[in-house]
Amino acid sequence: MNSIKAARQGMKLTRRSFLIGSVGGSMIMAFAPGALAAASASDSLKDKVFAPTVWFEIDTSGAVSVNVAKAEMGQHVGTALARIVADELGADWEKVSIRHVDTDPKWGYMVTGGSWSVFTSYKPLSQAGAAGRIALIEAAAGLKGVDAGDCDTENGFVVTPKGKVGFGELVRVAEFNRSFSEDELQGLPLKNPENYRLVGKSSTALDIPPKTNGTAEYGIDVEIEGMIYARPVIPPTRYGSKVVSVDDAGARNLRGYLGYEKLTDPSGTIEGWLVVLAKDYPTAIKAADTIQVKYDAGQTAGVSEDDILKEGRRQVEDPNEGALFVDEGDYSEARRSAKRLVEATYITNTAMHFALEPMNATAHFDGGIWHIHGGNQWQGLTLPTLAKALEVAEDKVVMHQYFLGGGFGRRLWGDYMIPAALTAKQTGKPVKLIFTRADDSRFDQVRSASVSRFQATYDASGQFTGMEHAFSAGWPTMAMAPPFMADSVDKKAKVDMFSASGADHWYSMPNHRAIAINNDLAQRTFLPGWLRSVGQGWIVWGLESFIDEAAQGAGVDPLEFRIRLLDGAGKQAGKAPESVGGAKRLRNTLEVLKKRIGYGKALPKDEGIGISVTAGQERTMPAWIATAAHIRLDRESGKIHVMKITMVVDGGVIVHPDGALAQLEGSAFWGVSLALHEYTRFENGEVKNVNLNTYQPLRMNEIPDLDIQFVESNEVPVGLGEPGVIGIAPAIGNAVFNAVGIRLRELPMTPERVKVALTEKVG
Amino acid sequence: MTEFKLNGKVVKTSAPDDTPLLWIIRDEFKLKGTKFGCGIAMCGACTVHLNGNAIRSCSYPVSLVNNAEITTIEGLNNEHPVQQAWVEEQVPQCGYCQSGQIMQAVSLLDMNPSPSDEDIANHMNSNLCRCMAYRRIQKAVRRASNKLVVQNHVPDSSRKEEA
Repeated sequence: MNSIKAARQGMKLTRRSFLIGSVGGSMIMAFAPGALAAASASDSLKDKVFAPTVWFEIDTSGAVSVNVAKAEMGQHVGTALARIVADELGADWEKVSIRHVDTDPKWGYMVTGGSWSVFTSYKPLSQAGAAGRIALIEAAAGLKGVDAGDCDTENGFVVTPKGKVGFGELVRVAEFNRSFSEDELQGLPLKNPENYRLVGKSSTALDIPPKTNGTAEYGIDVEIEGMIYARPVIPPTRYGSKVVSVDDAGARNLRGYLGYEKLTDPSGTIEGWLVVLAKDYPTAIKAADTIQVKYDAGQTAGVSEDDILKEGRRQVEDPNEGALFVDEGDYSEARRSAKRLVEATYITNTAMHFALEPMNATAHFDGGIWHIHGGNQWQGLTLPTLAKALEVAEDKVVMHQYFLGGGFGRRLWGDYMIPAALTAKQTGKPVKLIFTRADDSRFDQVRSASVSRFQATYDASGQFTGMEHAFSAGWPTMAMAPPFMADSVDKKAKVDMFSASGADHWYSMPNHRAIAINNDLAQRTFLPGWLRSVGQGWIVWGLESFIDEAAQGAGVDPLEFRIRLLDGAGKQAGKAPESVGGAKRLRNTLEVLKKRIGYGKALPKDEGIGISVTAGQERTMPAWIATAAHIRLDRESGKIHVMKITMVVDGGVIVHPDGALAQLEGSAFWGVSLALHEYTRFENGEVKNVNLNTYQPLRMNEIPDLDIQFVESNEVPVGLGEPGVIGIAPAIGNAVFNAVGIRLRELPMTPERVKVALTEKVG
Repeated sequence: MTEFKLNGKVVKTSAPDDTPLLWIIRDEFKLKGTKFGCGIAMCGACTVHLNGNAIRSCSYPVSLVNNAEITTIEGLNNEHPVQQAWVEEQVPQCGYCQSGQIMQAVSLLDMNPSPSDEDIANHMNSNLCRCMAYRRIQKAVRRASNKLVVQNHVPDSSRKEEA
């Protein structure tokens, strides 16, 4: 239950100090471990003995550079983080720039995921900016001979009773050398949110201009002197394949072909791999297409999507399976005394990341250090495995960060970097390894197919008395980061929180039992991935669809049913700082939504509006969202046309409103895409749909209208990169029911599935 | 040997005839703004102009561009109204598809300076945005179109090179 929180706290700086010093003509400000506080701040900064996840400097022209150790993958994270610092500092936004840094271990533990960046950085960055402001004010007060208490900063200047002094001028003339202890940091006066000039105000993202003129540099754009190109030949199973024989006769005629290399991986990440080598990448593509490899395939070479789902269906019916995740009241008793039940089983098919920049990495050895170039979200997880694969100490590996051509969770665990590193090690040459689209899909860490079983109980008077929810899928955290698994409620088993969050919802139910089950067949067949919105994406699709079914079972309108259950009582009251207000804030978004959409209004035939409420990504960082989908169903084709999505969002303080809106817009369309279009199936141990001819994400001609409203709030900001995805699919499913009376329980809701349901209804 | 104009400059390559133009542009002539996405002409990340028309360079054999004029994102010189509109509407998220989106949009507005929403959707539909910034792409094309319509009343020399 607490592992996600623990993971985040591991990233936070615990005992620390904040250093401000004059170094090389600039004023540098950074967090450092508390132990350093005794040394001179300037000396520590000069030697770069500081461990910040973000630090910043001001030069003599007054330009502020914010160094960001976070992956930029479209969320404009640097802009959001820099604005928090710059606001407290009183900087001129026109003079603020961002630098993304490499993974020198001293920059600290690096991860960009779980929509945590703004959430975990908000307070420390505010404090850092405030400390910088105080140092600048003190310098200016000294210079002008005035009382620091009469000064403030504004737009890049310290404003004193004797006139303004620019930050640049202060950096030129003043000597900075001071440190703030943890206690001093905690005691710093922070701006009242009402006085923010940058946070929450409209702004432009600093990473956007280079993304409109071709100058933004992604991992795939890296070039190293003397490098060769490699393309992997992906084995037939993720695990346990062995290369039996290789025939590259067909490739040998290709100009620029440099042979192939069988990879040996001391880290055990990849098995049965070889790569083809060439002077240029198109030759590598052709060579890998031509080369004939015979394998002794792993044990899962025959596994199909149906096999995985069949195992899931078996598991959710078996009371001995799984880990107890929620246990409120006494569900067994509720079940025994129930006068009526509503039951349903929901499934989802396999879905893929399909980040548009195919996986790639460039590796070379230089000056005793391995340099690994490429976009990555979780260097703290990836770097140790790279070191293991290369058989060197971790301080001999540096990961260089670039813009990510899509992350969505695929670039957290950098397994795709291992073959590049191994190829460079085995050939002794710098290597750029690129996956083709098909290679990328076959090696994807897919979102597992899933099965969720629900049961609602009612007493003699028809009152809803409780719910049981058992859900099974492949678990990403179990495969990639087992230390982040949490204990089950009864401490008898471990739970992957990223495959369970969402089942611990904010409804008050007298009796509620949730059981998280790992699908072992899925786990053995592929590497389950964290896909944008992760477990919530499939868990809450089932949950919020079933809540409509449960409401109907009680004879209550589904919106009214939700309002009643969102009473904020007991554990649903929320807690400071992350979930102040609890279920009542969620209820509020629903009440605002109700008015906004004119809930209950009459609609033309075959149109419907469905709703959902969600609190992704976790109970420890809930973004409160109410969603409505307005759809029209074409009975003949079975096609669901999503006409409009309305979202009411309470995410606390919105640091970068336009960026937050962009994330929600993208999330809403992602939600539609996963609800209606995107899926693949396992066939013979592999995903079947490896490119856009058959894997078909949403395109521009099918986007719905969007109406996204933020609830004004001064509460702690929460991440918004993923939670907007979650409520879309159930809102659409509920809308379909309201339109034509069919309940769709398989995701995606394809025309074929709609037609089957329509036929069954008539039949 | 294939010879063609790349952003106005004559270039020559000795790559095999069937080499996709994309890799010549990116790896031989070092213009990295054009991207590799799907390799089967279905995502549009690799979109460039051949004599003013949008093509998918990942699937276009270099031999077929002999004597042609190729324009890439870099060839817009960062001053095209479509690029400006992309910044003003804050379109890019991860940004990987955006060179292709912009080249696709420029080719639309060259043919049809005031497209309807349906024209925009039809023309831009072949370009996948995995971040799904579609709403802003649509708005930015509209904004650029409005600018061009205004501009077209006042002749503007900066647009000659796309003609």
